[in-house]
Amino acid sequence: MPSLGADMEAGTLVEWLVAPGDMVKRGDIVAVVETQKGAIEIEIFEEGVVHELTAELGAEMPVGAPLAVILAKGEAPPDPEAAAAPEPSPTPEPVSAPPAPVTSAATPPRPQPASGRVPASPAARVRARELGTDLSKITGTGPGGVIVLSDVEAAASAPKTTKPGSPLEEMRKAIAAAMTRSKQTIPHFYMSETIDIQPAIDLLAALNADRPPAERLLLGALFVRAATLAAVKVKVLNGHCIEGVHQLSEIVSPGIAVALRGGGLVAPALIDAVGMSLDETMAGMRDLITRARAGRLRASEMTQGTITISSLGETGAEAMTGVIFPPQVALVGIGAPHVRPWVVDDQVVPRHVVTLTISADHRVSDGRQVARFIAEFETLMKTPETL
Amino acid sequence: MTDYRTAYLEELTRVAPDIDPDGISDDDHIQEDLELDSMDVLNLVVALHERFGIDIPETDYPQIATVSLACAYLTDKIG
Repeated sequence: MPSLGADMEAGTLVEWLVAPGDMVKRGDIVAVVETQKGAIEIEIFEEGVVHELTAELGAEMPVGAPLAVILAKGEAPPDPEAAAAPEPSPTPEPVSAPPAPVTSAATPPRPQPASGRVPASPAARVRARELGTDLSKITGTGPGGVIVLSDVEAAASAPKTTKPGSPLEEMRKAIAAAMTRSKQTIPHFYMSETIDIQPAIDLLAALNADRPPAERLLLGALFVRAATLAAVKVKVLNGHCIEGVHQLSEIVSPGIAVALRGGGLVAPALIDAVGMSLDETMAGMRDLITRARAGRLRASEMTQGTITISSLGETGAEAMTGVIFPPQVALVGIGAPHVRPWVVDDQVVPRHVVTLTISADHRVSDGRQVARFIAEFETLMKTPETL
Repeated sequence: MTDYRTAYLEELTRVAPDIDPDGISDDDHIQEDLELDSMDVLNLVVALHERFGIDIPETDYPQIATVSLACAYLTDKIG
């Protein structure tokens, strides 16, 4: 069971798209997993033959649990007595949750101390606080019944005894976990600039006037394009920071924050967007948004975003200060355009402006770099024909 | 005369399948009340364009923002 985001603890296998004996190659979609963020298509990152599907449909499995055995060319089937090799996780996991025991009930409960503080390791306490888990409800497996980190994670990923909440409640929980983690582990800082986007508004109106509706562009596509190109120039904001290690990304895959009606949001990635034209960017966004609404995103889109773009759309508040989506290191927040009095060539004129706010991870970047990103974005929006 | 109300609601709920057509009142604004975003609005315009074969320029988008506005607009455009 791959991790489909820093906030994911478990997923339910709902569909196999391969059978034993099938050849698979990198990028093939092999299964569908239901998560707190909807149904996600799971891609494989290995090449070989499906030997065995070890996970059963309908089973809720913790992150890290094996789903299937894939044999590389010429590889002998594993000893059936030995534990099945776990399918490699498609991305490095920020929190490597060890596979939880298949059934936590298999461990006989140990006597708890009659009173006082629940004995637990410091790491277990920290994790329990992050997950909102009550330590007194966990059975420790450490020396003398002390609760250790793996107990907390096993308890968190174990099937819940209570009925799972509605999809919306589940998504709320996933967002709560990711955002809490972000604010607890990422030292955010913020920089803002209000930008004249009248050239972009005018270009868009001119282009769209001659186009049938299906070929029209949205302002959001220009923002995604500008942010993508700015991230090429300011590489430090494009990538991941996992356990304190900053990993710059060679490609720019902007995560597009999509608000879902009724609540919740997802930020699937537009994979490798630098080489896309404006029209291709628009088509890619349309596809992502449609599938986000239908609950049919791919695992790579859920995990491989390198910088998030959150735009408030065409009406609404003028600015937002966003929370970085871990393990990314920056979020581009764009308020709704407003008409404001603006000084252009020494004249005060009405112009459409937006307020751009970058949330950045101070572990890996400083104000100077964020200021450069903002300047690049502004330059691009002033010459929208270059997008 | 075409029933524009039914046609509009059909296309609206195709674009936003999670909206219950029975819960929509004629003056609900598709963005402010029904939470359509700009991509949904564009998809609705595409759908109406394809269904009725009429051009809906961007400047006319406010005129299809509620059921009652859209019925008046479509009647005016098509007859």
